[in-house]
Amino acid sequence: MYDGGKIIVGLIIGLGLLLSPFLYNAGKATKAPEPQLTPKAKEAKVCVANTNFMTTKHMQLLDRWRDEVVREGKRYYKSPEGKVYYKSLQVTCLRCHSNKTKFCDECHNYMGVEPFCWECHIAPKEKE
Amino acid sequence: MGVSRRKFLKISGLSVLLGLGGKAAFELLAPGSIDAAMEPAPIGEGKRWAMVIDAKKCLEKQEKDGCKECIDICHRIHNVPNFGNPKEEIKWIWKETYEHTFPSRHNDYVSEDVHGKPFILLCNHCTNPPCVRVCPTKATWKRPDGVVMMDQHRCIGCRFCMAGCPYGSRSFNWGDSREAPKELNPDFPTNMEYPTRSKGVVEKCTFCAERLAKGQIPACVEACAKIKVNALHFGDLADEESEVRELLRHHYAIRRKPELGTEPNVFYLI
Repeated sequence: MYDGGKIIVGLIIGLGLLLSPFLYNAGKATKAPEPQLTPKAKEAKVCVANTNFMTTKHMQLLDRWRDEVVREGKRYYKSPEGKVYYKSLQVTCLRCHSNKTKFCDECHNYMGVEPFCWECHIAPKEKE
Repeated sequence: MGVSRRKFLKISGLSVLLGLGGKAAFELLAPGSIDAAMEPAPIGEGKRWAMVIDAKKCLEKQEKDGCKECIDICHRIHNVPNFGNPKEEIKWIWKETYEHTFPSRHNDYVSEDVHGKPFILLCNHCTNPPCVRVCPTKATWKRPDGVVMMDQHRCIGCRFCMAGCPYGSRSFNWGDSREAPKELNPDFPTNMEYPTRSKGVVEKCTFCAERLAKGQIPACVEACAKIKVNALHFGDLADEESEVRELLRHHYAIRRKPELGTEPNVFYLI
């Protein structure tokens, strides 16, 4: 190999540069934000489904509700506890979880997802 | 461990009997009945929502004070923005002259009662809606109760429906409604319980589908009744006893562009 030394040094430097961000940030993972509950949400204790389901599957639930409401006109949901909810992100969900920045946005930003719900659905006004 | 011949015959015989008595038998004797029974009843099945507009009462009131109560309330509760520019105008319910409303009906000697007078227009919720036929994504469709519904989630903004609608009932969002001029929309969004629309979708009157679901009548009809004009009537054409059927039975009614065969469900009593 001609100029073997230079190539190997170059490769090592290149690899080092490539890995540097990973090495720099190693062991410093940002903690996942905890969604914060409003007093009203805390008081209610139960959501439309249990917490575990809501954290992992709320997007599927909202997607399904959206189709059921708009396309089939089924606007009410009866929970296993027998409570009836009006299926609406804007009216039902956000009335309890009125702290969108703390409850929705923090986690969405952390996960790097940008749901386009808010292009049309109006988020409640929050106090600074 | 093998199955004896006797046992095998027994099992197969039973299976045949079960098969005959199960779903297969139903399908043989009454095809489709199982599937029909398993489907939930569609919304407002057997209904045919319609509107009857008493033009005389409406024009009388407009003559007096330029009433546009129905338009105001509709556009308020549905967060319809005002861009202050006719090219970007968004309208669910609006006014147009007699000649423009009924272009195939006017002659040289039209009655002064209607000549150039403003009529109230909205989506006709046609029985044969051309907008539904041309929509490539089924973002607009006809519900079983007659409402021509709009699903903004699915709309791709191709505007075929606007080209298809012969009544100009559909409006395109050229911009984000929340960026409409503030001086024209001081307290926008006016209804915090109804969404706005994003840039690039088509919108129109939905006969207040969100209110129908709660058993309420459309907001424009309610507003008209509130000011005691009662020019707008809403009801079920499939019900012989309904108010709209009663009105149509005793008055002569016209519809917009009936020659196109779209079968509008908005009637005008002249």
